[in-house]
Amino acid sequence: MSRFRVDEGLLWSLRGVAFLAGTIVVFVVAFVGWEASAALRSVGLSRFVTDPSWYPSEGLYSVLPMLVGTVLVTAGAVLTATPLGIMAAIFCNHYAPAFVARPYRRMIELMSGIPSVVYGFWGLVTLVPLIAQVEPPGTSLLAGIMILTVMILPTVTLFADSSIGRVSEEYTRGAAALGLTRWATVCHVVLPAARPGIVAGVFLATARAIGETMAVLMVCGNVVKTPGSLFDPVRTLTANIALEMAYAMGDHRSALFVTGLVLFLLIVALVWGAELAGEGRARG
Amino acid sequence: MSSEHPTEGNEALFEAENLTLVYGDTPAFEGVSLSIPAGEITALVGPSGCGKTSFLMSLNRLSDLVPNCRVTGSLRLGGQDILSSEVDLIALRRRVGMIFQKPNAFPFSIRKNLTFPLQEHGVRDRDKLATLVEASLRDVGLWDEIKDRLDAPALSLSGGQQQRLCLARALALKPEVLLLDEPCSALDPLSSGVVEDLIVSLRGRYTIVIVTHNLAQARRVADQVAVFWVQGGAGRLIESGSVGQVFEDPQDELTRSYVTGQRG
Repeated sequence: MSRFRVDEGLLWSLRGVAFLAGTIVVFVVAFVGWEASAALRSVGLSRFVTDPSWYPSEGLYSVLPMLVGTVLVTAGAVLTATPLGIMAAIFCNHYAPAFVARPYRRMIELMSGIPSVVYGFWGLVTLVPLIAQVEPPGTSLLAGIMILTVMILPTVTLFADSSIGRVSEEYTRGAAALGLTRWATVCHVVLPAARPGIVAGVFLATARAIGETMAVLMVCGNVVKTPGSLFDPVRTLTANIALEMAYAMGDHRSALFVTGLVLFLLIVALVWGAELAGEGRARG
Repeated sequence: MSSEHPTEGNEALFEAENLTLVYGDTPAFEGVSLSIPAGEITALVGPSGCGKTSFLMSLNRLSDLVPNCRVTGSLRLGGQDILSSEVDLIALRRRVGMIFQKPNAFPFSIRKNLTFPLQEHGVRDRDKLATLVEASLRDVGLWDEIKDRLDAPALSLSGGQQQRLCLARALALKPEVLLLDEPCSALDPLSSGVVEDLIVSLRGRYTIVIVTHNLAQARRVADQVAVFWVQGGAGRLIESGSVGQVFEDPQDELTRSYVTGQRG
């Protein structure tokens, strides 16, 4: 009887905690939606994409340049970090001797723990002047992509490393017994077997890249303009909120919440895409 | 030592002399001298942990994959020293195929399981690939069962079918030797029987070395038998010879009690 009571108690407290975790998300989304609704009503949904630019003081509210900025910075970083991370993981598992692989892994883990503001600071004082030598002003889409690449590289690498490490030894032994080279084994046997874990890591890294604020804000220049080249400054959705929230009022403040809502939708789309990709694989 | 027993007619393909394999400081087997005749089926039997599988893995140098594993002594394949560091392992492993205890079909389609090793070994021609796929699947009696679903994932096959696919994959590379590490022990009795019959049907076309715990199986399929036993902390070869001799007239007392079921 008492044991049953303990179980029952545990069950209800777990339900409570799960409920709390779920409702917090709902409340945050509801709050953002509520705060954004003022601007959506007074400015109108369509003007957030049709306005010529984002000048809240003049009543112009297009979030499109920032959306493009976020997508470009993220895509650039993910496209660079994914091959680098996978190759690093392959090196660690199949080419590096143990005395190299172990410290290498620790180093990557350490890299994932460095605060983004430190990356941003480093980017600002080192990377940006370097880029400025090629083409001023230096604060640019390219700087953002490079900093974000370094920031998400550990996520991609660690996920790829652990899923490559979990590929059964039976496969690698079997491939060796067929007289396959190490590279053929890695390319054709190990990577296909490790793919689900690698893909999960890439999606997680993408989500982190979309949400990253501080480092990107420090190196991107934050000019509201759709960039024409890698050397043009960009402003991301996250930077937009961080830069203006301190003084925004009225419709402007509400419009920043619309920016947040757009970010949220971007993440939803990403998660949805990940689900679809997972399902497609399960079926195929 | 019984390795001096003449093999009946067939020339020795593998010749191991005083072969020893150690993992770090732990010997897996020690001082094994054994000739394996070409075109026959040689069964390695003995209780668990007596170095049979390690011996098998030294025959295609798969032991190289184990860190800290060292093989000493002399091991020749058709007269060529295969322990030398200059041996082309890719060529050796193409010549000496291996099937494992647990089927290890790769996680992609049946067809790709067969074509991709061939492509890596330089077979590019599509028609040739298709011919080889069919021929190797016919060899293992899988063609009629799966010819309509070659693009299905290999892992959707039953355990026995996967093991036969692995065998087909090895046969497609046209090896001279097949090493079989307890190929039936992870299978249900029915599939096990199918695979066993298959092994017998390959007699003469390939030199086969099979590790098995199953004495009855060794007796059914093998021409030659080598009995391993743990003595002094390491696996040793205690007796080898033809099936008839080892089972009917064992020279070694341990072998006698083992084959009569009193030990092991």
